[in-house]
Amino acid sequence: MSTLVQSVDWLAIAPPTIAAVVGLVVLVADLFLDERRKALLGWVSVAGLAVAALMLLPLLDGDRATFCLAGDPHLCSYTADRFTLVIQFLVLGGALLAALLSVTVLEDAKRRIPEGEFWFLLLSSAAGAALLPASRDLATLVVALEVASLPAFALVGMRYGDKRSSEAALKFFLSSVTATAVSLMGISFVYASTGSLYLTQIADRIQHVDGQLHVLAQTGVVLTLVGFAFKTAAVPFHFWVPDTYVGAPLPVAAYLSVVGKAVGFSGLILVTVVALPSYSDVWGPALAALACLTMTVGNVGALRQQATRAYSAVRLLAWSSVGQAGYLLVPIAAAGYSKDAQKAIGSTVAYALMYAAINLGAFAVAALVGRTRTLNRITDYRGLYASNPLAALFLAFFLLCLAGLPPGIIGLFAKVTVFSAAVDAGLGWLAVVMAVNVVIALFYYLQWTTVLFRAPEGEPEKQRVPAPLTAAIALSGVLGVALSGAPQLVLRFSETGLF
Amino acid sequence: MIDISESVMQILLAFIVVVPLIGALAALLPAPPGLKGKSPEQAVLRHGVTVTGVVLIAAIVLALGFDHDHPSKMQATTDISWIPALDVRIHLGIDGISLPLLVLTALLTFLCALYSYFKMPAGPSPKAFVALVLVLESGTLATFAVLDLLLFFLAFEMVLIPMYFLIARWGGEGRTQAAWRFILFTLLGSVVMLLGLLLIGLKAGTFDMVALATDNGRSLTASVQVIAVLAIGIGLAVKTPMWPLHSWLPDAHTSAPTVGSVLLAGVLLKMGTYGFVRIILPIAPDGFHTFAPYLAAFAVVGIVYGSLACLALAKRGARGDLKRLIAYSSVGHMGFVLLGIASTTPTGVNGALFANIAHGLITGLLFFLVGALKDRTGTTDLDTLAEKSGAALYGKAPRLGGLLAFGAVASLGLPGLAGFWGEMLAMFGAFKPAADLSRPAFLTFMSIAAFGTLLTAAYMLIVVRRVCMGAGPQDAPQLADVHTYELAAWTPLVALTVVAGLWPRALLGLTDPAVQQLLAGGTR
Repeated sequence: MSTLVQSVDWLAIAPPTIAAVVGLVVLVADLFLDERRKALLGWVSVAGLAVAALMLLPLLDGDRATFCLAGDPHLCSYTADRFTLVIQFLVLGGALLAALLSVTVLEDAKRRIPEGEFWFLLLSSAAGAALLPASRDLATLVVALEVASLPAFALVGMRYGDKRSSEAALKFFLSSVTATAVSLMGISFVYASTGSLYLTQIADRIQHVDGQLHVLAQTGVVLTLVGFAFKTAAVPFHFWVPDTYVGAPLPVAAYLSVVGKAVGFSGLILVTVVALPSYSDVWGPALAALACLTMTVGNVGALRQQATRAYSAVRLLAWSSVGQAGYLLVPIAAAGYSKDAQKAIGSTVAYALMYAAINLGAFAVAALVGRTRTLNRITDYRGLYASNPLAALFLAFFLLCLAGLPPGIIGLFAKVTVFSAAVDAGLGWLAVVMAVNVVIALFYYLQWTTVLFRAPEGEPEKQRVPAPLTAAIALSGVLGVALSGAPQLVLRFSETGLF
Repeated sequence: MIDISESVMQILLAFIVVVPLIGALAALLPAPPGLKGKSPEQAVLRHGVTVTGVVLIAAIVLALGFDHDHPSKMQATTDISWIPALDVRIHLGIDGISLPLLVLTALLTFLCALYSYFKMPAGPSPKAFVALVLVLESGTLATFAVLDLLLFFLAFEMVLIPMYFLIARWGGEGRTQAAWRFILFTLLGSVVMLLGLLLIGLKAGTFDMVALATDNGRSLTASVQVIAVLAIGIGLAVKTPMWPLHSWLPDAHTSAPTVGSVLLAGVLLKMGTYGFVRIILPIAPDGFHTFAPYLAAFAVVGIVYGSLACLALAKRGARGDLKRLIAYSSVGHMGFVLLGIASTTPTGVNGALFANIAHGLITGLLFFLVGALKDRTGTTDLDTLAEKSGAALYGKAPRLGGLLAFGAVASLGLPGLAGFWGEMLAMFGAFKPAADLSRPAFLTFMSIAAFGTLLTAAYMLIVVRRVCMGAGPQDAPQLADVHTYELAAWTPLVALTVVAGLWPRALLGLTDPAVQQLLAGGTR
């Protein structure tokens, strides 16, 4: 029976495992800690995420694979290649920044949010999200997707006694479960027509599918994409985003906007480029249409936000994250048309890294402003420069990065790589649609930026910025500035193969 | 003229591009002890004058060290890899085409900084103002100095945010709308331009302008060239601006503060025409030849349209705004520049480059003068200024009136002043366009353009009559005549207008070899 026992490379699976174990530790520790010491849990979680991210370092030396079939060592469920490491870094780093935001928000919430549960859920979700890019078979992929999503539903509904929060959670839960169910059905179709769950084996076998099963396989491909498109918040699976972001605690919204998206698009990449490259004529156009719709609807939605409405800042970030998801999809769609799919995928990864650092920074400043102005309207940002110049300058920088205009050089060049992936693949029309969208997006980002520098109404109120928030803003700010000076740090992924 | 080693020249050019950026950052920090001046405002404005002054001196030294015997050769070149993933290189260099524009930018920005030191436009703190002007300067200088397509795009975009804030914060009536129009129009144009640049770069395998110019479009198929020229051309035409994409310009000029208008007309518009000469002409010649007749047609429509708009504004009772009028005259002048470029002949392109510089000097001067007039009378509305008989500026403030008349006749292209040569050469170019372009069409364009010069003369003279002349009542209050600081800011412009008019060879000698080489296909 020894042939059935798979060997496990513990170092390779360390990053998601550490996140999960620390989550359990925090949950248990919560029972034994008295009220005054609860803040400790937050710091333990932050440290756990940092250690998990550091555990990526020893894996840099080469590709590793584990959980391989004993009979066929080339078929593995878990692979730590460059793609995996980059996405795991993005996920764990994003979770770390979101955790830093949470420390302050939980402290301000004065025990209305149960701390032990919060940290446990956040870490479990992060563990699932870190597992996802490494999974190389459809079953692991779906398990990872669910591990990443299920805690997120609970996180969204965390605000006790807040009707909006529970409504958001329910909306999120129902739509997400539906999408997953559709996805599962697609996977079963693919399994039925190929007889395998391993991505590389599917890629092989699906080319020789029996003619009668051809339609089944095609339907399976499209349905499988639905679940991941949902996570990426692609239109028409985006309607949950604004309400969920507004209803959720702000750090959770930040987490979803970055890590949730990473889960979605890395799953999409695995399914399309690794498992179904021969079906690129099906998913290529589908993703191109999806990208086009997503960015247009997202940006127009953001454009229509009224600055005076309650929570308009968070709403705007929510809609703009939908628009940004559209840009992320462009290179994946281009991968379906181009001869060098790896290069196109690299553009998505590079863009996602930029977006993660910058968007979390913007959310961090929003969390800062939200401490005193609980309604978090865009008009509440008026005169931020007078009361807190550094935060205002950083937010302006983040917004211009998202818009892709200097001084946000990294935002500009990340967009350039996406454009070049589209132009290279011959998707000129998509590039033109994206160009128009960039202009629409500039309008609302710049409008917000100008508000920051207007003269404040009344005396500017100085407030002390809590250390975790300072750390989060500074971390993303420094990252953004450093990347603007040396864009090659992230853009190199768009040049070389990741798998 | 003076011998400077190549490595020093390299450092000088990099210095010119980078120092304004560092200066902009420094402007936001509190002044160090010893440089605090009388007040923080004064200190930061002085900082602006110092930095732009240093940049101007560096630019002049660079111009002196430039090898005037080989203006077609790229000089002071730096070539460092920056983003290998996108094949972006920090490739800087100047030749006879970019050098004059570089010096013009440094000069105009310095004059603007000097002017604002004494006459800060009304608005929020001067700290941000100085920082923005410096970022703007860096962006424009970089546009003229870089030799990499993506870097060119970066520099092209860099000026948008500062100019937006200069208009929206320190501008006059209707500034918010005007600023939005400015930034949305230009951004839409430049994003489309990016697509064209990417197309060229990806198909030819390099983003290096020198390599692409040497290749002269040989590695690009005709259809790629046509699409690329269309995309890049739209982006540049918005910036130039070419009729009918000009509609952001009059509003932006009317609302911008004086300094903003001067920089917008004097420098920013040149980025568009420079792009035509530097990128489109040598890199995609076949594509450009396809569009040249259309470009020329739009250019002459722009000339006539701009002049007619000015005539309508100058009419009595039209409530025309002087700033708006000069903005429309810019549309006309840039029409001549585009006509020269469209002719695709050395004569025409030289004329275009000459007209570029001349327009920067003359229109810069005119915007300064109108700004000064507004400071004194509180309005730029022609009817309010002139009332029934005329504003009689000659009587109330003779020097100011004289300068305004000088600017007006220079602008209408009086022989002996800078405005004349560029437009004449551009029309010469259209008289005998490149061999494969339809001569009858270009002859028609040339005659329409010639008619445009008449219209230009007409409205400029009407303006002079209504503003400078007139029988004001004897007891009318005197206006303050030209202040010393104004004289200091304007004299260089006046002097250079005369010099360029009397000694055009100084400029043409620089541009001609470089243009010959660009049209003949890259480096000879």
